[in-house]
Amino acid sequence: MRRLLLTISIAAMLAGCGSGPSSVRAAIKPVSARKQAPDFELKDSTGKVVKLSDFKGKVVLLNFWATWCGPCKIEIPWFVEFEQNYKDKGFVVLGVSMDEEGWEIVKPFIEKHKINYRLVIGDDATAQKYGGVDSLPTSFLIDRQGRTAAVHIGLVSKGNYVSDITQLLDGSGAGSGAKGAD
Amino acid sequence: MAVVLALALKAQTDTLRVGPVAPVSGKRGEPVTVKLDLKLANGYHLNSHKPEDPYLIPLRLTWDASVETVHVKFPEPKHERYAFSDKPLSVFTGDFSIVSTVKPKNAGFGVLTGKLRYQACNHNSCLPPKTIDVKVPADIR
Repeated sequence: MRRLLLTISIAAMLAGCGSGPSSVRAAIKPVSARKQAPDFELKDSTGKVVKLSDFKGKVVLLNFWATWCGPCKIEIPWFVEFEQNYKDKGFVVLGVSMDEEGWEIVKPFIEKHKINYRLVIGDDATAQKYGGVDSLPTSFLIDRQGRTAAVHIGLVSKGNYVSDITQLLDGSGAGSGAKGAD
Repeated sequence: MAVVLALALKAQTDTLRVGPVAPVSGKRGEPVTVKLDLKLANGYHLNSHKPEDPYLIPLRLTWDASVETVHVKFPEPKHERYAFSDKPLSVFTGDFSIVSTVKPKNAGFGVLTGKLRYQACNHNSCLPPKTIDVKVPADIR
């Protein structure tokens, strides 16, 4: 029986290995390990230039996404909720759309999904500053001093975001810096 | 972080592969058939040529102006359910083939050139849309 359970466990692990990359969630880094998040200048839907440095003093959830990305759409209602719940505590969501068609496709999408947070259209140069952003969604949690405190690659749970955001907002997010996969 | 991004980049490079394409021969202005054998990396799916959601990027095969496209035949898509979607998605996975009939406009030895555009995801993330150049050796009389 024990052998059977072991065999099933190994088979399950191997099956998991073959199902493509899992999401990667880096826990909140200790302050000493955080690096300054690269600044950028991108335009919002009104044509106004938005810089990351505009948000210094706030905790920023910088989310690279696209309208064609199914997993990204799961996160959108969470981010709408976060923006609403934590706005007054010094938190902001900034979405960077990687849609090649730009506002032509993103504007109707914003209306359809009732997105209440700031969005800009991204470009390759900005993505490169953030390590290439080869898969979406990819989100960076940036602390009040403009330093990258955590990175989420792929869809992670809403609870992970809530935990990270609240830690950063109340300043307790010094973490162990250990990496974990969901 | 660097390791993760390197893995993601490798995944993107290897996501969809086009197998060796058999040379075609025929007459100028007459139909010839091209078969593309595709291999999608394990754990990934790509949108079929007819995704239900208008925001999803469909699989497309287009040929350059040196041929007249008569037909592009895709296999029957699978309708698979993923955790990130309320409805099943129309997708291709694993190994599959696309068969296309074209009429070459010019005679001679050369290549028929086309582009295959696709966008792939796994169960929790998506890769940017990508275009692969397709080259088919051709002997057209």
